[in-house]
Amino acid sequence: MLNVGRIEEGFVLDHIKAGKAMTIYRDMGLDKLDCTVAIIKNARSNKLGKKDIIKVECPIDDLELDIVGFIDHNITVNIIKDGNITEKRELSLPKQIVNVIKCKNPRCITSDEKSLDHVFILADPEHEVYRCKYCEEKYSGHRNK
Amino acid sequence: MRHLMSPLDFSVDELEQLMNLANDIEHHPKKYAHACDGKILATLFYEPSTRTRLSFESAMIRLGGKCLGFASADNSSAAKGESVSDTIRIVSCYADICAMRHPKEGAPLVASLVSQIPVINAGDGGHQHPTQTLTDLLTIRSMKGRLNNLTIGLCGDLKFGRTVHSLISALVRYEGVRFVLISPDELRVPDYIRNDVLKANHVEFEEVTRLEDALPSLDLLYMTRVQKERFFNEEDYVRMKDFYILDKAKMDLANPDMLVLHPLPRVNEIAVEVDKDPRAAYFKQAQYGVYARMALILTLLGIEAE
Repeated sequence: MLNVGRIEEGFVLDHIKAGKAMTIYRDMGLDKLDCTVAIIKNARSNKLGKKDIIKVECPIDDLELDIVGFIDHNITVNIIKDGNITEKRELSLPKQIVNVIKCKNPRCITSDEKSLDHVFILADPEHEVYRCKYCEEKYSGHRNK
Repeated sequence: MRHLMSPLDFSVDELEQLMNLANDIEHHPKKYAHACDGKILATLFYEPSTRTRLSFESAMIRLGGKCLGFASADNSSAAKGESVSDTIRIVSCYADICAMRHPKEGAPLVASLVSQIPVINAGDGGHQHPTQTLTDLLTIRSMKGRLNNLTIGLCGDLKFGRTVHSLISALVRYEGVRFVLISPDELRVPDYIRNDVLKANHVEFEEVTRLEDALPSLDLLYMTRVQKERFFNEEDYVRMKDFYILDKAKMDLANPDMLVLHPLPRVNEIAVEVDKDPRAAYFKQAQYGVYARMALILTLLGIEAE
């Protein structure tokens, strides 16, 4: 793995599909964190050919990993403590995601009442289908895959 | 506390109990005439639906309860910009149970999340209309004696008709049900009904265009109206609206015990001459709608008649 400085505590998100790191950076809200974030684009990868990597130095409870599972559950999450990888966390599709994607159904109540959370439920894990909790409209936008 | 958002909220066994109760109400109405004394039903109708609202109000009044509410958003605090959540919090202080019709899909679910009283979805946009499905199931079971081993024809607008989608989803839970889907090509059932509901449950079905071809094999024909408001183009609507007209000549092709159902209102799709046919069950269906809603109100309020 390409090494961009050693981190003491935090995460390394590995095997991100090349070119998608910035989207993940924004979707995870990393731009709002006051911590060190390194983004590596187009690193060589045996598995993917090219890949992106994100390194985040922050306390391990500060990051919401569910959203990474939603974006692409094939991303590897390495958890770093005391400068070492202590855990490689397998991601799965989250059962529910809140305020990550918006329901685009103009007939949905969320289009009328702006204070409502946009909640999507994993309706079909096999086909990775998410549906709006309120109107059950299938999410047809692109995830990060 | 229990709410009703979708017809699938009840298991098959729970539906059996509810329909048994509805049939007991049908045969012994006096036993239930004071079951809801002192109880209030709020009918919160953000869009007009005379039949559904009156059916709910009739159901509550026949149980001895009283009703309050509004019949359109113009007459409610929604016109002042109040959210559904705030409205239901207030209505929870005024009533014991609520039936909500809303043009936006998921609005009754939003209400149920903060409500202190049971919320019944009385129709939310093109999404769900569970009490219509309960009505349909009760009518079929009461008049055919069963919900399994039936060949059911669904005719008309199968693309936009939410009653059809809900009914198919509810009926695939019964053994030996076979569907004949009768529609013009432009109004066939959506893919998710074909794939996620019918094929996924290994239910036998065929899609045809000619009503005459399907009629001889049917135990039940469920007619639907082609709804003008679903079309963006007036020409398409005009072309589709009279695609199917069930008349006496077509009824002669059907089994002598085939039932004809329709969620109503009808326009031209069932000729008035069919009304006299003993197989025409659509007005009886409206009567069963009241029994279904009475049973539902009792069930959600946890009331047992003495």
